[in-house]
Amino acid sequence: MRRFSAGERWVHRGTAWLMIVCVLSAACLYVPQLAELVGRRALVVDVHKWSGLLLPVPFLAGLASRAFRADLRLLNRYGAHDRRWLSAVRHRDPRRKARWAGKFNAGQKVYAAWVGGAVLVMLGTGLVMWRTDLFPLLWRTSSTFVHDWLALTLGLVLLGHIALAVRDPEARRGMRTGSVDQGWAEREHPLWRR
Amino acid sequence: MTTDQPDPTTQPEADGAPVGRRLVLGTLALGALGVAAAPPLQRGLERFLGAASDKDPTGLTELLPNGGGFRYYSVASSVPRKNASSYRLAVTGLVERPATYTLAQLRARPQTRIVRDVQCVTGWRVPDTPFEGVRLSRLLDAAGVRPTARAVRFTCFDGTYSESLTLEQARRSDVLVALRMQDKDLNHAHGGPVRLYVAPMYFYKSAKWLSGIELTARVEPGYWERKGYDVDAWVGRSNGRSDDPTA
Repeated sequence: MRRFSAGERWVHRGTAWLMIVCVLSAACLYVPQLAELVGRRALVVDVHKWSGLLLPVPFLAGLASRAFRADLRLLNRYGAHDRRWLSAVRHRDPRRKARWAGKFNAGQKVYAAWVGGAVLVMLGTGLVMWRTDLFPLLWRTSSTFVHDWLALTLGLVLLGHIALAVRDPEARRGMRTGSVDQGWAEREHPLWRR
Repeated sequence: MTTDQPDPTTQPEADGAPVGRRLVLGTLALGALGVAAAPPLQRGLERFLGAASDKDPTGLTELLPNGGGFRYYSVASSVPRKNASSYRLAVTGLVERPATYTLAQLRARPQTRIVRDVQCVTGWRVPDTPFEGVRLSRLLDAAGVRPTARAVRFTCFDGTYSESLTLEQARRSDVLVALRMQDKDLNHAHGGPVRLYVAPMYFYKSAKWLSGIELTARVEPGYWERKGYDVDAWVGRSNGRSDDPTA
């Protein structure tokens, strides 16, 4: 059964590739061993800046898609079942009935919103570090501080995102092909109205 | 299994509070707050991590922001390695007696040890770092600077980086052709075997992998300076920054 439209999958694909380029170039600027191996600092800085700047583009282009806008609405709204899902996670309650979810479970909603906000913070602090002609240089150190620590946090959260996807082949199939198995949908997303 | 069935009393999916939007805005607000509160937060974290990295046998703290002090920056694609037999330092340009020094010849000259903070223009600072080497002014005197010379240009064996100082700045007693850092011979990652050390200025002035000292008629901006950094890079008085001076 249908889970994601072609447009939505392209938004995910575009965001994922830009994010990979952005994270890898960041690692080459930041991890001493990698920086030593790669060098070419000015070039890597360019790759990092542009992949970061373009990161919101797939999202913005996706706003043209009705399916994408509808899913954004679902990601935004939290019902009673979402609060129950989050409290079940907090209390390590493994029972399935405590983990009801619509098309997106509460964890996916929190992830989407937090990553959205974090990318905007990275973009803002990144721009301050880049365009020292537009912002006071004094802000640069403070922005670097937030950019560095948030990058580390974002990297761990992305690893979590990838680890959860690795554990669930059917969820991956949904993002790859757009369709998922009916049984999987009823099990993982019982409140999803199709 | 009846417990697997949806609860019919649950509200429809698209209703409910717009928590997603609040989370996005909350993350943004926290980010802005982090920028505003960065100076004291950073000082505290640096002190904590500095102490932690001294006792950390795994080296993991070095991967944290500002955790290990120095960061490796190279602008070249790869940097050749030079050792005692292959390293040469040339003093050329507007001088009476152009010279080429081997590492042994530099080591044989009187050494000066200076202990100051290292301050990078991107914000990180490493406290009380000893550098040791030959005073640049001594090499300039040995070469005999011609009256037309006004500035010194430094080139590096990475093939890309360059730096410059006015003659007056270059003659300061806290400007070294450094052979040792932290009481060890300079290793490759820190610009070894020989780097420049300009104690009172941001660390991009302290060119790594130093291979050439050229006396010129006027200041020729170096690599980062052509990209917008200040040529006169006094710590705390340039690049729009207000760090505590290092010298």
